[in-house]
Amino acid sequence: MWQDISLQDVLIVSTLMFFSGVYGFLTRRNLITMLMSVELMLNAVNINFVAFNYFLHPENMQGMFFALFVVVIAAAEASVAIAIIIGIYRRFKSINIEDVSKMKF
Amino acid sequence: MISLTFHQAVFYFFSAVIVIFSILTVTSRRILRAATYLLFVLLGTAAFYFLLNYTFMGAMQITLYAGGIVVLIIFSILLTSHVGDKFEPIGAGKLIVSLLISLFGAGFTLYVFLKTDFTPSSVGLPDASVRKIGNALLSYQRDGFVLPFEVVSLLLLAAIVGAIVIARKEPADNENLNNE
Repeated sequence: MWQDISLQDVLIVSTLMFFSGVYGFLTRRNLITMLMSVELMLNAVNINFVAFNYFLHPENMQGMFFALFVVVIAAAEASVAIAIIIGIYRRFKSINIEDVSKMKF
Repeated sequence: MISLTFHQAVFYFFSAVIVIFSILTVTSRRILRAATYLLFVLLGTAAFYFLLNYTFMGAMQITLYAGGIVVLIIFSILLTSHVGDKFEPIGAGKLIVSLLISLFGAGFTLYVFLKTDFTPSSVGLPDASVRKIGNALLSYQRDGFVLPFEVVSLLLLAAIVGAIVIARKEPADNENLNNE
């Protein structure tokens, strides 16, 4: 075990990463950049899982497996999301969310 | 002692890479540059996993995220946007509200993390060898993951079929419609 890197150091990095993803999700108006912000948030959560696993419960592997499944589900989500974005672009000729408001109530 | 400080230096270097490039990802006004910065963030995360001894996790991060998702995102950017385009600047009100929300959230989370007294385990390094991971993934004993493994494989199949169905070219010609 390292004595010079604490759990808090890793958590600070992942927190900054998560909230820059939140900021991007709130400010971006383009569907692809919003998807990228979501990927940032998922990635930050993955770092947290792995770090908690490593520093607090190294005898179990649950944290790593959870991060692994999150990565797989993020891949599935990204592929379907990009298929939907391409479908939206074909129909509306734009992927700006201001222009895609047909289903807005 | 020297190796410890080396680890620390590598850790802080990749921390700086992750933080700087994740902020650039959400603030860059050119979409292709944002995707490239996202690639750097994901590679920095993979470096974290390697530093923490989870080599399989790091390899998965590189192949799935950096190799798969970023390439997919770049292809869809090339299909849907003009590369030279710049985003319009964000309105002041929205900028302030988003900044306040994210800064408050980050501050609160950091406060909780720094206040909490985590007691590091003294068991030692985790054993994350590929043999152990493979056995655990297909085991139905305690600490086995065969059920989520199978569920995820079904989900991936559904995602493949769904992506093909959604992105398929519709038979939009009038002749096709009339013939049917």
